[in-house]
Amino acid sequence: MKKADVLALVLKTIKSSMLYKSLKNKKFFLALLPFVWLVLFCAIPFSMVFRMSFTSAVFGIPPYSEIFQWSSDNIIKIAFNIQNYLVVIKDSYYIESFINSVILSIITVFACSTLGLIMAYGIFCVSAHLRPTLLLLISLSFWTSFLIRVYSWINMLSAHGIVNNFLIKIGLIDEPIKFIGNYYIVCIGFIFCYLPLMILPIYASLEKIDKSCVESAWNLGCGIYKTFWTLIIPMSISGLKTGCLLVGTASLAEFVIPELLGGPDSLTFGRVLWTEFFTNLDWPMTCSLSVSMIVVFSAFFLLCKEEKIRQ
Amino acid sequence: MEESFLNTKRAAWEDPGAVPFVVVQNISKSFSSSSPLKDVSFTVYKNELFSLLGHSGCGKTTLLRILAGFEKPSAGRVFIDGIDVTEIPVFKRPVNMMFQSYAIFPHLNVSENIAFGLRQDKLSKSVINDKVRDILRLVNLSGFELRFPDQLSGGQKQRVALARCLVKQPKLLLLDEPLAALDKTLRELTQFELVNIQESIGITFILVTHDQGEAMTMSSRMAVMDEGKIRQIGTPHDIYEFPNSKCVAKFIGKINLFEGVILEHQLDQILIESKEISCICNATHTGAIPIGTRVTYAIRPEKIMISTLRPAYPRNWVKGVIKEIAYVGNISTYYVQISSGKVMIATLPNLLRLDDRNFQWEDEVYLFWRSENSIVLTT
Repeated sequence: MKKADVLALVLKTIKSSMLYKSLKNKKFFLALLPFVWLVLFCAIPFSMVFRMSFTSAVFGIPPYSEIFQWSSDNIIKIAFNIQNYLVVIKDSYYIESFINSVILSIITVFACSTLGLIMAYGIFCVSAHLRPTLLLLISLSFWTSFLIRVYSWINMLSAHGIVNNFLIKIGLIDEPIKFIGNYYIVCIGFIFCYLPLMILPIYASLEKIDKSCVESAWNLGCGIYKTFWTLIIPMSISGLKTGCLLVGTASLAEFVIPELLGGPDSLTFGRVLWTEFFTNLDWPMTCSLSVSMIVVFSAFFLLCKEEKIRQ
Repeated sequence: MEESFLNTKRAAWEDPGAVPFVVVQNISKSFSSSSPLKDVSFTVYKNELFSLLGHSGCGKTTLLRILAGFEKPSAGRVFIDGIDVTEIPVFKRPVNMMFQSYAIFPHLNVSENIAFGLRQDKLSKSVINDKVRDILRLVNLSGFELRFPDQLSGGQKQRVALARCLVKQPKLLLLDEPLAALDKTLRELTQFELVNIQESIGITFILVTHDQGEAMTMSSRMAVMDEGKIRQIGTPHDIYEFPNSKCVAKFIGKINLFEGVILEHQLDQILIESKEISCICNATHTGAIPIGTRVTYAIRPEKIMISTLRPAYPRNWVKGVIKEIAYVGNISTYYVQISSGKVMIATLPNLLRLDDRNFQWEDEVYLFWRSENSIVLTT
């Protein structure tokens, strides 16, 4: 082979390589942005958290020990503390709070998906010029502060709140009912706050449905309720999945709602993290709790994906 | 089936003893927005392929949706096979509709799509499978059972939509612009395919279209609609050759129209004078129209002959200059400006090649036509 041939072959190989193509397409630069974003704001912070989870708490600033310690006699001491993880596994307090959070999140996802489907379908069914208004009203709640939205429940349901005052005034009850400070009100708070996150993606996928598909189903002898089950739900499944993911992840780490509305029985993971971090100033413990949570959920999602591929 | 009533002496709609299959009785629909219907009545006989033809917004789709039960008429009744279905909800009517968008369920494959309607009837699995297989063979889609809608071409989707309706064996099948989404060649092929399928299974079809060629090729009879009213009902031949109004005449095909006045009644002829045509015209007698009535005199372009010689008889000709020739291969359309300034259209088959033609641009020619080919319209 001549030199020129070799050069041509090399050039050809380069030109046919994926990297070259994507560079030339400028798609590469487009892909670079999310990549850089993920590294800067996800990978680096997480690795910091990961590192911190193997340290131990000390008094001082920062309140944790270093893993690598230089001593004066040129010895590097590596202090790899796995005590935190052992505590996480052994102490039922953490596991209980974790399970509590998961249950609460499942209840929220379930209730939100049921309500969200019905409400999104309702919006889908009204006439076209009313829909933007309804959607606006739903997203309106996002425009007020989350804290204020949760706090307004207290204002309404507390011992001297609007509901109790009203009930006493009309003589239905003598003593104010204790609405706030239990598990149920936390559930209601979760559902109320996260319902828009479910409605919007479901509505987005409903909107893509050809309305004549629905009419066609009726025309083929499928009743209105049955059409909802056999057609509307399967066709909006992508929005439903997105909604569940959004509501599920957001409600898992929720701190404000159980803190404000819940009593001692609504011990959630978010509250535990808060206590560890701010009250106990145990940063390594907080970090190892976070890492454990991430590991559990990553494993769960990987398993789901595996299952899907197998199917 | 259609052949049978084409071959017998009298078609169902000409037989006074025939029982109508679909009766639409004084249907009105007032909309706040568009496409209202005003007192629409017509009947369709069994195994007919009946077309509703009209511009968009003339109410033809509204009428179809009323027949299907998606909309309630504000007045009037609909009978199918002798049963008043006006109050019957859409999912209980013996009527299926094929949508313009085909409305195939994207999350189901071809055979599941077709079986969807049968499942609602709670049929056993083996019966459903047999029916799906048979109908797929009928629409030429065997082997496509497991495909999903996004893996199908436009023509295949159309056939899936048709099969999904046919498999339910409805008494009446409604088709909303069934071929509008197909390209021209496929559309022409599918027209015949649809008619063949309709003949072989013997289901009554009502078809909505804005394409007059489609309506004329496919239907046994058609109704021309305009502004929420039916203007004329008849066979394609009747409507083309004997339109009952200016609006129908203009809608179906091209036509030359002249304003005129009835001059005289002769034995079997009417004489008409028009300021737009220099000579007096006559037409075959079409009923007693009083002398002096203002009428419209109409001639189809293909009924007009062109000559460079002056016709020997005194009537039904006009002199003009060829202004434009539109060559479309098989025929040419001549735009001839006559002495009144009006431009007449005449089409001639291209018997000769372009260079050998007798007339060219700016030639003086005589246009003439036979009295039995002209039409007198009073409305």
